[in-house]
Amino acid sequence: MTQSYLSIQGVSKRFGLFAALEHISIEIDKNEFVCLLGPSGCGKTTLLRMLAGLEQPTTGKMILGDREITSLPPAKRNIAMMFQSYALFPNLTAAENIAFGLQEKKLGKKEIAAKVEEALDMVDLSHAAAKYPSQLSGGQQQRIALARAIALSPDVLLLDEPLSALDAKVRQKLRREIRRLHEQYGMTTVMVTHDQDEALTMADKIVVMDHGEVVQVGTPEEIYNKPANPFVADFIGAINFFEYSRFENAQSDPNRLLAIRPEHVRLLQQESECAIPATISEIEFRGAFYRIFLEWQEEGQIKNELLTIDLIAAEAQRLGIARGKKVWLEFPLENLLTFEHAPTIEEQE
Amino acid sequence: MKEMTSIFDGKAIQKWLIGLVVLGLSASVLLPLGQLFSKAFYNKNGQFIGLDNFVTYFSTPALAGSLNNTLYISAMTTLIAVTLAFLFAYALTRSGIRGKRVFRAIALLPLFAPTMMHGIALTYLFGNQGLVTTGIFGLLPFQWDIDLYGPVGIILAEIVYVFPQAYLILAVSLAFADYQLYEAADTLGANHWRKFFVVTIPSVKYGIVSACFVCFTLSFTDFGAPKVVGGQFSVLATDVYKQVIGQQNMTMGATVGLLLIIPALVAFVVDRIVERKQHAAVTAKSKPYRIKENRLRDLFYYILCVSVSGFLLLLMAAVVLASFIKVWPYNLTLGLDHYDFSNVAGEGIEPLWNSILVALLTAVIGTAVTFITAYTIEKSQVWKGLRQAGYFLSILPLALPGMVIGLAYIFFFNNPSNPFHGMYGTIWILILANVIHFFAVGFITATSALKKLDPEFEQAAESMGVSQTKLLWRVTIPVCMPAIVEMAVYFFINSMVTISAVVFLYAADFKLASVSIVNMDDAGDVAPAAAMSVLIVFLNIIARAGAEWIASKLRKRTTGSYQEKGQVA
Repeated sequence: MTQSYLSIQGVSKRFGLFAALEHISIEIDKNEFVCLLGPSGCGKTTLLRMLAGLEQPTTGKMILGDREITSLPPAKRNIAMMFQSYALFPNLTAAENIAFGLQEKKLGKKEIAAKVEEALDMVDLSHAAAKYPSQLSGGQQQRIALARAIALSPDVLLLDEPLSALDAKVRQKLRREIRRLHEQYGMTTVMVTHDQDEALTMADKIVVMDHGEVVQVGTPEEIYNKPANPFVADFIGAINFFEYSRFENAQSDPNRLLAIRPEHVRLLQQESECAIPATISEIEFRGAFYRIFLEWQEEGQIKNELLTIDLIAAEAQRLGIARGKKVWLEFPLENLLTFEHAPTIEEQE
Repeated sequence: MKEMTSIFDGKAIQKWLIGLVVLGLSASVLLPLGQLFSKAFYNKNGQFIGLDNFVTYFSTPALAGSLNNTLYISAMTTLIAVTLAFLFAYALTRSGIRGKRVFRAIALLPLFAPTMMHGIALTYLFGNQGLVTTGIFGLLPFQWDIDLYGPVGIILAEIVYVFPQAYLILAVSLAFADYQLYEAADTLGANHWRKFFVVTIPSVKYGIVSACFVCFTLSFTDFGAPKVVGGQFSVLATDVYKQVIGQQNMTMGATVGLLLIIPALVAFVVDRIVERKQHAAVTAKSKPYRIKENRLRDLFYYILCVSVSGFLLLLMAAVVLASFIKVWPYNLTLGLDHYDFSNVAGEGIEPLWNSILVALLTAVIGTAVTFITAYTIEKSQVWKGLRQAGYFLSILPLALPGMVIGLAYIFFFNNPSNPFHGMYGTIWILILANVIHFFAVGFITATSALKKLDPEFEQAAESMGVSQTKLLWRVTIPVCMPAIVEMAVYFFINSMVTISAVVFLYAADFKLASVSIVNMDDAGDVAPAAAMSVLIVFLNIIARAGAEWIASKLRKRTTGSYQEKGQVA
């Protein structure tokens, strides 16, 4: 086994009787961009704060490079963190905020000034050096907070839901900005998010967490295309679940679940050999595509749950979809996912 | 400095600070109070007699009568002052009248004056030689004697005293409103009165309750006004003074002192409950109140505001004028004679310098101590139970009238076996009494300023390897500076005007300005007493203006918008 850069080994955290994290082990390579993804309360932020040294694990250890950092105080770890609220000091200018942490290191004044300038340049905010946080827009504040963290040249950069406070447009732009900085400077980055789109677009590696446990680790493509269980399939992207019986003609096993993503279902206007009849019950226009909900029958019984499919706008117009229209559906075998029956998100709640 | 830093960052220093805060407050609040309580249950010879003192109290008509008197005064004052303050605050928040800033400034004017001054002002207007009583010295065809000395005078003076306090509370309640509720009521066809009773009143009911308790408590325990215009009409506060200073009857003084504390304690408990309930009322989605055009309404409120502030200005003007007039009402030429205090009962100008010294020291020490206390309780992570105890002790002084603090301090510090006995009779006991007397407000101001700071600041500093001490100096204190200035000026102004606690504690060779006002007024030197009051008001206005100036400078430096955001949140 090759030695990874940042290694989290069997870390658990209990608050009283409540287990916030249970036996977490994650390997992170140098220069990797890792997203911790999960619903709120899954323990992802606790894990991030543990890496920063703001919380202590109950058991387990963390190794950075060749140092064990489990019980080192935050200052000694050379790990920088960007906070959800940015935590910019309101009485200090952008430049002073960036210099704040640098002044604790034994650096000369000129060196600090140079580093501050470089950091401001990096996030393209040199002109805002003398401004106070309240004079900056949300997106600019976020970039200053990022510059403040990066200026310390950390071994690892931690981002706690860095984009959650921004509006959609700015968020899109900053996603690319953070990714660009990561590619340019190559620092190992761990980001916490509950936004699946953010994780899919930004991460090299996604760690999906639920109830204090790691559910799946993989590249965005792996997570999306080969979810390890119904929870992951349901949490990331949209998906249809149905019983196993209809397909694989033989042994019907009630403990197996089938699933397919909406964009993988093929919609036909005519009956074909292995197509299933269905009726369009609702249509949502989503701009580039239509999301269509269908009633369908399985072994003569009408299913209570509607089936969701996505259809590119042009295709939908060509087929002339309309509410109440009868259609046939094909489920390509290569896109069908099978799971052991386990509770999905809705059932948990 | 480096070494300090490393110690401060540890949990050890937090524990030390919490311990110090709780110990210090216990020693200066709980122990003296305990002394006061126990005194009330002992006789003069130190024998435990249970409730006998209270039995004596209620069976002595002269004493029990004052309780009735005081209840009557407080009830009337509360009723009138809260009604007026509500209308005034409503006019300034919900009507379209002009000159709101001026009206507001005038309404707050009485805060700068000792309560004796309101009494003195009334004397010059409605007293035996008063302008109104004599029809401007016979210039008018009619005269109007309102029979000032007694309940009428006390109630009038107390109304002036408590009006700004009630106004401030109600203005805050009225300022927060969700206009959507009014729009909803409009769409449901509610008329003006229905909206007032269904939307307005419920949204400010806690403010009204709070204002009522504050007014009742303040007028129940005030000493200055009854001393000047009370005549033969005795109230609890003057009784305590007579028992303790006049007759040296400490046990009866303590007994009356206990009665004095009751409304304040009730108010304290109610306030805690109210505060908890008030929070959820306004949400981020609320829309601010929009003032619609309504000429008739504005006219009504304009007349009201002009009358109220006109009366307040008239009082102020009467005192200023009286302090310059040579011999009221016989020689109306102006001069500075009364500002030469050398030949009157007040013992010269010295008390004013003493007052300034005490007020400055109280401002510096009080601000520092309350801020450190608030910081310790708000920002440390250890010993949660003790911190809560510290919080309770810090706001407990809200329930302590100045008279009670003064009394408790005599009993506690005048005891030769007390290791702090040496403080008795020095300037330091005055400062301590003032700091404790005004502790809660300073503490609450500091706490709310600290609460507005992002709790992630501490963690951000920690992850950057910056010590908490450096964060405190570089960020926390600078950001809290407006609140710190506000606390300092609050301590200063209140120390300048207070009489209730210090009247028991000042040393014969170290009189305060407020004490000399009482002495001069007692001795019939009313004009010099007026002059001394004018000087106090003048200094307080300068202090307030200075604070505003510093605050505006600070706002410019840290660009204001953060502060405003904080205010709303």
